[in-house]
Amino acid sequence: MIWTTVLMAFREIWRNPMRSALTMLGIVIGVASVIIMVALGRGAAAKITADIAGMGTNLLIATPGSERRGPVASVAQPFKQDDVRAVVRELEGAAEVAPAGSMGALLVRGNQNWNSTVTGSTNAYFRIRAFQLELGEGFSDSQIQSGAAVCVIGSTVRTKLFGAQDPVGSTIRIARIDCAVVGVTRSKGQSTFGQDQDDYVLVPLATFQRRLTGSTDVGVIFFGARKANQIPQVKAQIIALLRERRRIAPGALPDFNVASMQEITATLDTVTEALITLLGAIAGVSLLVGGIGIMNIMLVSVTERTREIGIRLSIGARGREVLFQFLVEAMALSGIGGAVGILLGLLASWFAARLMHLPFSFVPDMVAIAFVFSATVGVAFGYLPARKASRLNPIEALRYE
Amino acid sequence: MSSAAPGTPLVQLRDLTKVYGSGESEVRALAGVSLRIEAGEFVAVMGASGSGKTTCLNMLGCLDTASAGQYLFCGLDVGPLSIDQLALLRRNYLGFVFQGYNLLARTSALENVELPLVYRRVPAAERRASAIQALRDVGLGDRMHHLPSQLSGGQQQRVAIARAIVTRPRMLLADEPTGNLDSARKVEIMKLLRDLNEDRRITIVMVTHEPDMAAFAGRIVQFKDGLVERDSAQVPA
Repeated sequence: MIWTTVLMAFREIWRNPMRSALTMLGIVIGVASVIIMVALGRGAAAKITADIAGMGTNLLIATPGSERRGPVASVAQPFKQDDVRAVVRELEGAAEVAPAGSMGALLVRGNQNWNSTVTGSTNAYFRIRAFQLELGEGFSDSQIQSGAAVCVIGSTVRTKLFGAQDPVGSTIRIARIDCAVVGVTRSKGQSTFGQDQDDYVLVPLATFQRRLTGSTDVGVIFFGARKANQIPQVKAQIIALLRERRRIAPGALPDFNVASMQEITATLDTVTEALITLLGAIAGVSLLVGGIGIMNIMLVSVTERTREIGIRLSIGARGREVLFQFLVEAMALSGIGGAVGILLGLLASWFAARLMHLPFSFVPDMVAIAFVFSATVGVAFGYLPARKASRLNPIEALRYE
Repeated sequence: MSSAAPGTPLVQLRDLTKVYGSGESEVRALAGVSLRIEAGEFVAVMGASGSGKTTCLNMLGCLDTASAGQYLFCGLDVGPLSIDQLALLRRNYLGFVFQGYNLLARTSALENVELPLVYRRVPAAERRASAIQALRDVGLGDRMHHLPSQLSGGQQQRVAIARAIVTRPRMLLADEPTGNLDSARKVEIMKLLRDLNEDRRITIVMVTHEPDMAAFAGRIVQFKDGLVERDSAQVPA
């Protein structure tokens, strides 16, 4: 009997293609939209996280200048070479240190020119900022010591000045000096914030100081902690040392700022979490709308189906037999609709992720939630009116208009 | 049911009463009907609208329950039975033909006729064979795979009759079976019912308000204001 009823249920689905399709459509849309939205939201979040990791997760940045904003104008002392030597000594083994300075500069090669940023630092800069060399190599010790006229260029600069040519060994003019290109770094792409991370030229710090700025000041010091869990400790060490060297009285506000990427990441995580929550809420609304769609079509078909129930009851079906058939029908429609919705949702989110250059993220929990919700709505609204009708006496069910 | 003692009437109504609503709006559709129907009879139930004839038919068909009085079917008191037990009674012993045919839409004639057998758990092959035979019996052997919407009113009513007799019921209940048909079709359907009664010995109780149709029956029960006004035997047309 169960098998016969199941067969009967499927026959009914097949006999009413329009009604079946509309019911399934509601479920398909509900499930697919939730999956697409949440998958894209998570993909975007994953991209943001990956971008930050690409900037160097264990990165700390010390910059001169007060954290305090407001009318009190204070011209902060830049860092000195001695400060750098002191932190290198202090953080031996705990963190790598890359003192740096940067300025905007016009780059010229032959008749090509390009406005970019030139940064002076050491080889540690590549490691701390997670740049990898694609061609050539970094600076030699002697080039760093002597302030040689050499540079490593980012992939954007390479494209702008060299096109597809190999730039290693060529010379470019940076502001007033000619520099030999010794290396090219691999592209990191656009950052989450829309910044081109590959549009830069790196020269040894001594080169930058002596030939470009003429000052031995250090604009910014980058630190790369060796272990992520040591970041707070490294930060405290840096602050304590710099306070001492810059003679900040205990309790006074420092005239420098040390930021860790970990803190920035944490802030961003809050933002992305809010983003995901928002998308989830929107998805929830669309699921609700899908649910109402399912409910409507189920309720609209109830008149016709009440008569059907009356016919079945009058020829001797028991209420529970009719109900079982309706339950199977509702479950089959919801199940098929849900499956199609999942398939469609995954396909569409995969495609959209590709289109938007986001990583595709599979969202099993959302798939489950969306499916269970739609299926529940489908079954509930397919079943409840049927239950009501099956309790009518057959005459009333037959007369139902 | 088959264990009923010989001489037990198929149907016995004792002072059957049906009241709809309550208080001011109370309607006494049946005001104490007593009636005996023997197996093999063809009874036409007549009366003006509101006389209680359809209510009485619904009672006989176990589609509705009485407010007071007794209904014995083959000697069994139907009153205390549960809804499910009434459904089983309909499934195993009764067949219905309605004025509006009440066929399942978008479902072939054959499948409509098979439906009662599905609920009787008849195996598929046997089910199909019985349904085909029933459709041939009503003269629709060549229309088995048509949908109700592709059949004329008379043909649809024939499908409904085939559906009612495919289970070989003890009693066939027909509520204005010719009500929606033109006069030529009416006579065809009535002849079919008379043949079923005479050849198959199927007891038929038919509600009609047309004397021409009632003429095919062997007995006419006239209702008035919820009571049997006249009960007379006749020679069927």
